[in-house]
Amino acid sequence: MKALGTPEVRELSYAEAIREALDIALDRDDRVFLMGEDIGVYGGAFQVTGDLVEKHGPDRVMDTPISELGGAGVAVGAAMTGMKPIFEFQFADFAALAMEQIANQAAKARFMLGGSVSVPVVMRFPAGSGTGAAAQHSQSIEAWLGHVPGLKVVQPSVPEDAKGLVLAALEDSDPVMIFEHKILYKMKGHVPAGYYTTPIGKAAVRRTGANLTIVATSVMVWRAIEAAETLAAEGIDAEVVDLRSIRPMDRETVLESVRKTGRLICVYEGVKTLGVGAEVSAMVAESDAFDFLDAPIVRLGGADSPIPYNPQLEKAVVPQVSDILVAARDLTGGRI
Amino acid sequence: MPVEVIMPKVDMDMATGTVMVWHIAEGAKVERGEPLLDIETDKAAMEIEAPHSGILRHPLAVGSEVPIGKAIAWLYAEGEVVGPTPNETVPPTDVSVPAASPDPAPKATAPAASDDGLRATPLARKIAAENGIDLVGVRGTGPRGRICKADVLAAKGKLPFSAAEPMPAGTGPSASPAEPAAHTILQMFQGRDYEEVTLDGMRRTVATRLTEAKQTIPHFYLRREVEVDALLALRGEVNEGLAPRGIRLTVNDFIIRACAVALQRVPEANAAWAGDRILHFARSDLSVAVAVKGGIFTPVIRDADLKPLSAISAEMKALGMKARDRKLMPVDCTGGAFSISNLGMFGVDEFDAIVNPPQGAILAVGAGRKRMVVGEDEEARAATTMRLTLSVDHRMIDGALGADLLGAIVAGLERPMALLG
Repeated sequence: MKALGTPEVRELSYAEAIREALDIALDRDDRVFLMGEDIGVYGGAFQVTGDLVEKHGPDRVMDTPISELGGAGVAVGAAMTGMKPIFEFQFADFAALAMEQIANQAAKARFMLGGSVSVPVVMRFPAGSGTGAAAQHSQSIEAWLGHVPGLKVVQPSVPEDAKGLVLAALEDSDPVMIFEHKILYKMKGHVPAGYYTTPIGKAAVRRTGANLTIVATSVMVWRAIEAAETLAAEGIDAEVVDLRSIRPMDRETVLESVRKTGRLICVYEGVKTLGVGAEVSAMVAESDAFDFLDAPIVRLGGADSPIPYNPQLEKAVVPQVSDILVAARDLTGGRI
Repeated sequence: MPVEVIMPKVDMDMATGTVMVWHIAEGAKVERGEPLLDIETDKAAMEIEAPHSGILRHPLAVGSEVPIGKAIAWLYAEGEVVGPTPNETVPPTDVSVPAASPDPAPKATAPAASDDGLRATPLARKIAAENGIDLVGVRGTGPRGRICKADVLAAKGKLPFSAAEPMPAGTGPSASPAEPAAHTILQMFQGRDYEEVTLDGMRRTVATRLTEAKQTIPHFYLRREVEVDALLALRGEVNEGLAPRGIRLTVNDFIIRACAVALQRVPEANAAWAGDRILHFARSDLSVAVAVKGGIFTPVIRDADLKPLSAISAEMKALGMKARDRKLMPVDCTGGAFSISNLGMFGVDEFDAIVNPPQGAILAVGAGRKRMVVGEDEEARAATTMRLTLSVDHRMIDGALGADLLGAIVAGLERPMALLG
């Protein structure tokens, strides 16, 4: 894989980019503090927080007991009082333990209290398969949280956006859930220095093309781009849209692309059934872009299966580059 | 709720209008009263203002011909969620098939209805609807015979020979049902360089109305040569006098005036055909053909018998400019029982014009030339003459009546002082 975007000036890994965002946030705003299991001296389950505890101290880079419900509850409560906590889960899967605080408290407080309270909490979720961590540590559960009104849900695919979305999340007065893909942590890419934000709710066109739109999230953006390069050699010019936010979703960028290309493939790692791609697909079918479709919409999502431990099976249950190639060739049928 | 923008009825006998250009891009904001688009009817082009403020969504493609009252776009409030296209599929209207010929099998000509049992993509249906292409005649090359965009474009003739099978004859859109399908013509010129020009509303109107006129109106033609030296001399004198007022009369202005006066002298020839009756008009309303880039318009000068030459001249100048700017309103081109077509300025000696239905006659005017004429005294002399041809609809005007009218026109032109009255 190669890095996206402009020529690299300064390369950081995805994890380093997030760490830099956290560092900047801690420097900029006294209300910001980090919470999570083993994020202090140990540096985090995936070494994202690293040595931040040495610079900012244990009061602001806070190790919590092994209770996601407790930790999330403290973070939500602190946010209600005006603090800006960033709570790290060791694995996105453990959101299940904290769902009461996420879905029933953080997401609803503003509505139930007549707008008198906001919950500017940020939660970070290392997610996805590909690390041999099996069924309880490999899920892509962004659609669970994306189904809850009151939450915002983002999925950065490049280091630059990973940093920019963390900083944008802190600017937001609503709870923002950041899904970080575990196999992206070591990926390097250009990251601007200093403070900047990446807009929440805005997709990015990673590759322009005329014949086919591939809407992808997270690591699937990379697979879509790799597939697009192969397809280009076959005369199929694919456009790759990186959704970046699944809630709110950037409707216009997707529709504009589909109006142009007339064909749509949605690629996402979460379970295909009732997933992000279903939403994208329905959004297009319900819109005026429907009239521009020259082929049925295709969803490539995770299989209706827990993620297997066996590495071959683990690969088989989520979309790979070859799956995108097959779908794209099938969809265009050599009739560009 | 989004507000519908409909094809407005801007003229009494307007049945359809064609979207010519959108002044506002899709997704952009427009204020009520701002120019939104230009439409073209079979008579004129005109600008339509936004009926409401809002964000333009789902504008029909340029070139779409739409029956009056049908939606051509929607205006959304700011922040309003853009829903699915509220537009219903607009059945393309074939202007070449007037409503008078009831189709016993409307199903055969109704393209792109979703209950047609055809497998076609939404985009293919959209393009077919916009171009009046019946999907029944299109071969689908997609999975299980699905008709895709490329198939419709191939049928449309944009990609003339990419479809493996030719379209069945008669399924393509053409100006007249009796004409061969476009692909037959394209095949004749295969391998030759040419440029395709799509028919705009004016061109289609010219094609259908004049075909109809030439095929259905029993024309006959009366010719006379008129001496215009007196007229040219008078015109020079009058123009000298009018120069301080910035008025310069043209020969055509005198011809308009001469026809207006002649129609008053021969009122039975000031007539229009109304199918089961003939209308004789009190006033002289004249259509004057104006050549513009790519076509012709025929604005009308009303009450020309009541107007002095200077008024006719000014009005003609204004109408000519509007025609060249394609700014004529339908009302500018409506009515008139008589037409004048002057090709003298193009050096044409004489020609026969086609009657402009439902009018009774049309005068074709040739160039003024120095010719030898033999006078009453049997002496040959040089004179400037113009050749006039009056084309007449025999259903309303018989030979003698037509000759009276042409005689009155000639009399006016040869004794032009009377035209000043």
